[in-house]
This record gives sequence, C-alpha cells and structure tokens, in this order.
Amino acid sequence: MSKILIRGAKVLGGEAQDVLIDGETIAEVGQNLSAEGATVIEAEGQVLLPGLVDLHTHLREPGREDSETVLTGTRAAASGGYTAVFAMANTFPVADTAGVVEQVWRLGKESGYCDVQPIGAVTVGLEGKQLSELGAMHDSAARVTVFSDDGKCVDDAVIMRRALEYVKAFGGVVAQHAQEPRLTEGAQMNEGVVSAELGLGGWPAVAEESIIARDVLLAEHVGSRVHICHLSTAGSVEIVRWAKSRGIDVTAEVTPHHLLLTDELVRSYNAVYKVNPPLRTERDVMALREALADGTIDIVATDHAPHPHEDKDCEWAAAAMGMVGLETALSVVQQTMVETGLLDWAGIAERMSFAPARIGGLDNHGRPVSAGEPANLTLVDTSYRGVVDPAHFASRSRNTPYEGRELPGRVTHTFLRGRATVVDGKLA
Amino acid sequence: MKRHLISAADLTRDDAVLILDTAEEMARVADRPIKKLPTLRGLTVVNLFFEDSTRTRISFEAAAKRLSADVINFSAKGSSVSKGESLKDTALTLEAMGADAVVIRHHASGAPYRLATSGWIDSAVVNAGDGTHEHPTQALLDAFTMRRRLVGRDAGLGKDLNGRRITIVGDVLHSRVARSNVQLLHTLGAEVTVVAPPTLVPIGVESWPCEVSYSLDDVLPKSDAVMMLRVQRERMNAAFFPTEREYSRRYGLDGDRMAKMPEHAIVMHPGPMNRGMEITAEVADSDRCTAVEQVANGVSTRMAVLYLLLGGSEPAVTTTSTPRIEESK
Repeated sequence: MSKILIRGAKVLGGEAQDVLIDGETIAEVGQNLSAEGATVIEAEGQVLLPGLVDLHTHLREPGREDSETVLTGTRAAASGGYTAVFAMANTFPVADTAGVVEQVWRLGKESGYCDVQPIGAVTVGLEGKQLSELGAMHDSAARVTVFSDDGKCVDDAVIMRRALEYVKAFGGVVAQHAQEPRLTEGAQMNEGVVSAELGLGGWPAVAEESIIARDVLLAEHVGSRVHICHLSTAGSVEIVRWAKSRGIDVTAEVTPHHLLLTDELVRSYNAVYKVNPPLRTERDVMALREALADGTIDIVATDHAPHPHEDKDCEWAAAAMGMVGLETALSVVQQTMVETGLLDWAGIAERMSFAPARIGGLDNHGRPVSAGEPANLTLVDTSYRGVVDPAHFASRSRNTPYEGRELPGRVTHTFLRGRATVVDGKLA
Repeated sequence: MKRHLISAADLTRDDAVLILDTAEEMARVADRPIKKLPTLRGLTVVNLFFEDSTRTRISFEAAAKRLSADVINFSAKGSSVSKGESLKDTALTLEAMGADAVVIRHHASGAPYRLATSGWIDSAVVNAGDGTHEHPTQALLDAFTMRRRLVGRDAGLGKDLNGRRITIVGDVLHSRVARSNVQLLHTLGAEVTVVAPPTLVPIGVESWPCEVSYSLDDVLPKSDAVMMLRVQRERMNAAFFPTEREYSRRYGLDGDRMAKMPEHAIVMHPGPMNRGMEITAEVADSDRCTAVEQVANGVSTRMAVLYLLLGGSEPAVTTTSTPRIEESK
C-alpha cells in the first residue's frame, strides 16, 4: 500500500497538522511532513476526525434487500464518514443465532467500505420470551458484544434482568429500545398538542421514561451496564442524569433527527417524518442537545432505517417507521451542536467515534489521530453548505426527512485502514 | 372557496357562513316537487369509502345526485383495495376514470390530506371522515342545524353562531366529529365546552379553542345545544371507563338531565345512537332532539359543499333569485 499525506487539516478541529498514512496505519502526525512518495490531499481548512462509528444501523440484510443490503448500507456509511457500523438484529431471519450474525459479519467483510459489527438479538425472534444463545453469538466469528431487540422493547422485567446479568460473563452490553408496549398500542406519533389535533394515536414520553427508569435500576441491582437506544425525551435525560450521578453504569444515544426535528412536522401527514421513537417537541430537542453537550447522553447513533418508497408514499397509519440517516448524520450534528456552540469538533469525535467504539467494544475504531494508530479517518469540509438531494444517496432507500433542506458540512474523504473509501466526496 | 375540504380549520368565518347560506338555498330545493338541480351535470363524484358508513355515503350520494352529478361508489370491501392496493394506486385509478371530486372516508387520520396534497390526483377532495381526525361536513351540518334552531331559518342567513354555548359530550379522544365541531364552532363565534371522563379527553387538549369539563351536570344549565357523541361499548375493555352503566350514569343524557337545560336548548347526535348508553330513548325521541333533522340537513349541507367546490361560480338555484348568495360572496 502506498503512502497518503493529508496536508494541513485541523485535527479534531484543533491546530492544522499534516497526517501521514503508511499502509493501514497512521505513520506520523506533525508539521511540514515530507510528501515524498505519498499521494497528497490538500486539506487546508478541513477538519480531520477519527472514522465515525455508528452503534445503531439497520442494514436490512438478510431479508429486506429491497430497502438496503450490507453493501449499499456500508457505502452509505462510508459516504457519511463512518468506518464502522453496528448492524441491528431485526432482520429476516432475526440475528438471534451464531449463523445469522456470522452471515452479516461476512457480508461486511466482503463489502470493503466499512467494518460491520453485528448486534445479536436478546431474545429469540425478538419476541421477548426466551433468551437467544447470546454466548454462542459472542463466541462466533462475529464476536458479538452488543445485544438488542431494537424495534421492540425487552419489556419483561425478568427477561431484561437475566439478559443484563448473563452478558456480564463475556463483557457484553444490552442496548434497550425503551418502549412500554401497552402504553404505545396503536401509537403513531408523540402524544401531545399535535397528536390531539391530528387525531393520531399518541406515543407518550412516559412509555420511554418508565422503561429507562426500570432498566437503570435493574442494572444497578445486578451490577451490569445498560445502553439506552435513541433516547428522545427531556424526561429520559433527567432519569439518565440521575442514574449516572448515582454511579449506575448506563450509556445513552441520541439520533440526529431527534436533535433537529419536532412533531410539528407531522402536520403534513408526510410519512417521511414517521419514526420510532417519534419526533418530540422543541423542549425535548433542546434538552437532548444540552444532554449530549454535557455528557449525559454519550453518543450520537443514526438509527439508519431504510424503507422502500412504497412504504412511505401512503397514508400515515400504513407507513413504516424510520428514516435513513448515515449520509446526513454529521451535517445535522454540525448544525445542531457545533454551530450552536454546544460542542467543538473534539467533542464530536468523542460522541461519534471514541465513545461508540468504547461502548460497543471495538478495539480498532475510535482511536486517537496519532502515530501508530489504525488509519480510520474522516475528513470534513465544514464550510460547505448544500441542499440535501436524496437522489445522490448511496443508500438504496430515500426516506430522508431532510430532502430540500440546507445542511452544513460535507465528508470529502473517508479512510478505512488507510484505504480511501470516499475521495472528494465520492465513493472510491 | 377552496379546492378541497379536508379540515374544518381550513374554513374562515366567511367560508363557513357561505356554505351554510348555500345549504339553506339547497334546502329550499328539497321542498319542491322536483328536488333536482342541473348544476353539476356532466361532472363525476366518486364516493371512495375505505370504511363502512352507509349513512354518510348515501347522504353524499343523494347530495351529488340532486345536483345532477354522476356518482360512482367505490367501496374498499370487495375491491382491489381489499387485495392490498395502495391509496396511491386507487387514486391514480380514479384520476384515470376522470373523477371531478373524490369524497373519501378512511380509517387512517390524514388520508384525505395525503390524497389532496401528494400530487396523485387533480380532483377536488372532500373529507367524509378520516380516522380520529376530522369530519368537516358533519360539523357543517351540525352548525347548520344549530343556526336554524337557535338563530332562525331566515333570520340566520348571513349570520354565525356568535355567543352560543355549545356542549360536546362523550368520547372526545376518538371523535373526528368533536375535532371538526370544536374548530368550526369556534370559527363561527360559539363558546364550546367538551365534557368527558378524563380518560376520553386527549392529552394536549389545552391547545383547543374550547373549555374542558368533567361534569355534565355543571355544564347543562349553561348550554344552548348539547351534542352527544356516540360512545363505543368496546372502549370499556380498554379501561376508558369501568362499565357501561357507570358511563351512562355520569355522562349519559336522560330526561332528568335534559330538564336542567335551558328551555330553548336542543339535543344533538351525529348518529348512529347507542340508546341507553349516551342517550336515553326518552331524550332521543323528544322534540328537543335534532338527530333526524341533522340527517336531512346533511344532504343540503353536502350539496352546498359539492356545489361550491365544483361549480361555485354560477348561482346555485337558477329559477328563483338568489341575492343572498351573491351578497355573501
């Protein structure tokens, strides 16, 4: 492999430096590095980040290859600056056996655009009744450490308790989709002023908050760690803040869309805004931003959820829940967190690379930008302004809520172990 | 007048009064030996019903036929819709057949809005009830009924419902009739109070332009009209209230309660009534109950809506002078 010199990029938003990649590794970081024998990328003014890591991606393969495959999903990930994604288990068949997680893991290897770390289902068939063979999935080639029934809540308190305890044996973590099922029967959107007017079934904040409260207490009781998926309400923030202050081993994620969009958008009845958990209120959005800034919420995770056009181009109640997010995540975070002054780029690196890799137990991602580290890097032109056009997405699906919206920032280069997966904003 | 009628909230006070005045003109036609007007001759109105509702469908059908429109009834049952055809493909089919107006009843809130705004069809869209969202023609016919009874048939022309106290009782949470009525009655200047057990009032109701009360007895003496909503017995199974009898005791309208209403006050019901549940037979069959009148008024009101959406530039009734319609435009 050849050498690549990234010249003059602001590393983690700090001082402009040169970064020399040799093979799969960062060889040197410093000023005025020699370009001899290296391909030079002039990166003056751009921000260099560690390759982004997404703890929450739906790649849809196996089973729903009409919406996404591991290949198209990892291409989308690379376009968005990601070098590793965690693939959620709610595929068909469900990733609840060593066989399925190994299949996804192998497809990730073959794609070459981004590392794919499968997540295993907590319970067989996501049915919340019987634990999947968690140990077998961990011992498989896929080395699963994150387990989640995402899409469904592990609502049975005993099953949740056992799962939290059981995965301690191999350093695993349960990622909970917090949604009390009885409180959300027929739920279509956030329950509040807008749902009252629109006559759409309400998804109350308390359905999320009550499960989070229960699970942090369970985690404390059995001495386990728990991760909360896509936290979406101001009340959930308060519970996690309280739990952390008490020393409970809890981590939490927020999606880009919950940092920007509110349930007012549902007034259009355009199903592109239908997502689970639902878009909340302005007050929730502000609380989530603040919590991400102060570390109560540890990471940004996309919950990239591709759906074919026909599953969105219909009446609200019939539409599927979810939004694609890999290719717009960094831009939304730049707008909501950096341009508001809530976080600097080092803070973004922590929340979109270092911390998600740490929570998910990925050793070779989320590493510092320094000599000897794996060359997983993302170069961002933060001065760019552009209108989102889903026709340019690498994802197979187009269900973005940002179509036609101007967002800042653009990933110009992504490097996976020294190999460019994105060059000048285009997939390599 | 607008191209579609999706929500009662889309109507201004003047829009609504124009519809009510036009409906009065239409009602006069119903008193003639020949109840038919040539106004919409050659136009096609499709009744697209994804939900069973014989009452609403035949009301729209009668309205369109009295205006000489061709009517196509498209029921989801037994059609391609029941085989999984999407709303979009159904819409494209109707468009290809040359529908000028689509009257849609759908179990999903927002389906008429999607139909009108997604670029699938060019025709006018009339919401005939969507999920638990809205039922604007029901609100219009209710307002028409109230104006006639409380203001007067002739005296009411050009007028709204300013200052009238209207009480809406029952399953407000699941009621599209309540949502449309609260919006429209507010637009028409009425003071609206919704009454229900707290379980049947939506979270977020504080943004509605109405008062909320949990006590029917407190509100009755201060009501010019009391609208009883249909309460489905199955709601009991989801613990919205303990038993039918308890609901009936606390929120049902019987003769004793009716006696607490001012003498001029009327009792309304959008139908179909659950006799013995939200309303007793004594009240339902009394002179003060307008349920049957509302059905008749429904045809006139829907004639007015179809006429104004599809052919509104010509006077509705050509054989007599119609100065009031001209004025109110």
